[in-house]
Amino acid sequence: MSAESTKRPLGQWLVLGTGVTLLGLGEYLGLFWAPPEMAMGDVMRIIYVHVPSGWLALVAFLSTAIFSGLYLRTKTPRYDHIADASAKTGTVFNAMSLATGMIWAKPTWGVWWSWDPRLSFTLIMFLLYVAYSALRRFVDDTESRARWAAVYGIFASVSLPLVYYSANWFRSLHQPHSTPQTVDASMKLPLRINAFAFLFLMIWFIWRRYELLRADAAHESTPPPA
Amino acid sequence: MENRTRWLVGVAIVLMLGSLAYVSWGNLGDNLVYYWTPGETLAKQEKVAGKASTVRLGGIVQAGSMKWDAEKLELRFRVADSPEPNAPSILVDSKGAPPAMFKEGIGVVVEGKLASDLVFHSDRVMVNHSNEYKPPEHGKAESGYGSKSVQK
Repeated sequence: MSAESTKRPLGQWLVLGTGVTLLGLGEYLGLFWAPPEMAMGDVMRIIYVHVPSGWLALVAFLSTAIFSGLYLRTKTPRYDHIADASAKTGTVFNAMSLATGMIWAKPTWGVWWSWDPRLSFTLIMFLLYVAYSALRRFVDDTESRARWAAVYGIFASVSLPLVYYSANWFRSLHQPHSTPQTVDASMKLPLRINAFAFLFLMIWFIWRRYELLRADAAHESTPPPA
Repeated sequence: MENRTRWLVGVAIVLMLGSLAYVSWGNLGDNLVYYWTPGETLAKQEKVAGKASTVRLGGIVQAGSMKWDAEKLELRFRVADSPEPNAPSILVDSKGAPPAMFKEGIGVVVEGKLASDLVFHSDRVMVNHSNEYKPPEHGKAESGYGSKSVQK
């Protein structure tokens, strides 16, 4: 454990450094450099956290699905660990997008929550991936745990397109997707920088969690007393 | 061991599917269409009007239709299918101050009941913002949140 933490790979520090630097720059631009929004004023600045966390939750869950598939093909435990680490990281980003969304909704829509398709599907996705972590806890045997989790991890990814497209496919309170044409250039730049900041931070979180899971697995291979 | 595992996983999956079903049928199921437009609501008014069920009505606050009674905290406006003046519309009667962004021409979703006289009695007014984000226009004061579009 101590040997592992002193020998952290250089790449990991680079990823963290890039993420933190971009986050600092992106949040500075979003909070101080970008103008307030015409109708919403300063409240709209939460977009620079809300939208990246939503995007990156989807990216992390996509990674769960991909590495679950790779695990089923190759039975390499490493892929199972990456899938698990991605699901846990994605769950955090998902929770953040729900929380910031509610904070944004209250002053603009007038309510904290409504059972609109986008919000409902995002909550369902969150529950699905909480259940993914719960499922892993239920299965003791390493190999069958990895197999069950991989199958479930692919199944749960059905929610991703539903969440992503729900605001465009269905009538909702949530606005449909913005496009580069509907967002002013002065707001696009901080949004993009923050999205990349969140991407690097997400990679770092997955990486760290992966290392912990690997250490756990090494520990687990000595069977516990019955 | 293998049997016990299967059994636990079975229970877990049933629990997960159960909670998912509860969430989706309990709330989402009857909301597969999140709101009806005034035109759709009027088309099936005999199903809705005067009934106890709560419905959502979505559309645009018709220009020139807003009346705010600051004494009684009563807000009346017409929700229309589109900004066009002859678009189908329904009169909405609501209590309490609306969200700060409420104004004529903006998108709204209201929850409540349609009375048999076709007045919609709303207990919840929600404003929906478009997907456009613009800086304030030059020389024009910020009109949105923080400033009052409805004066108390």
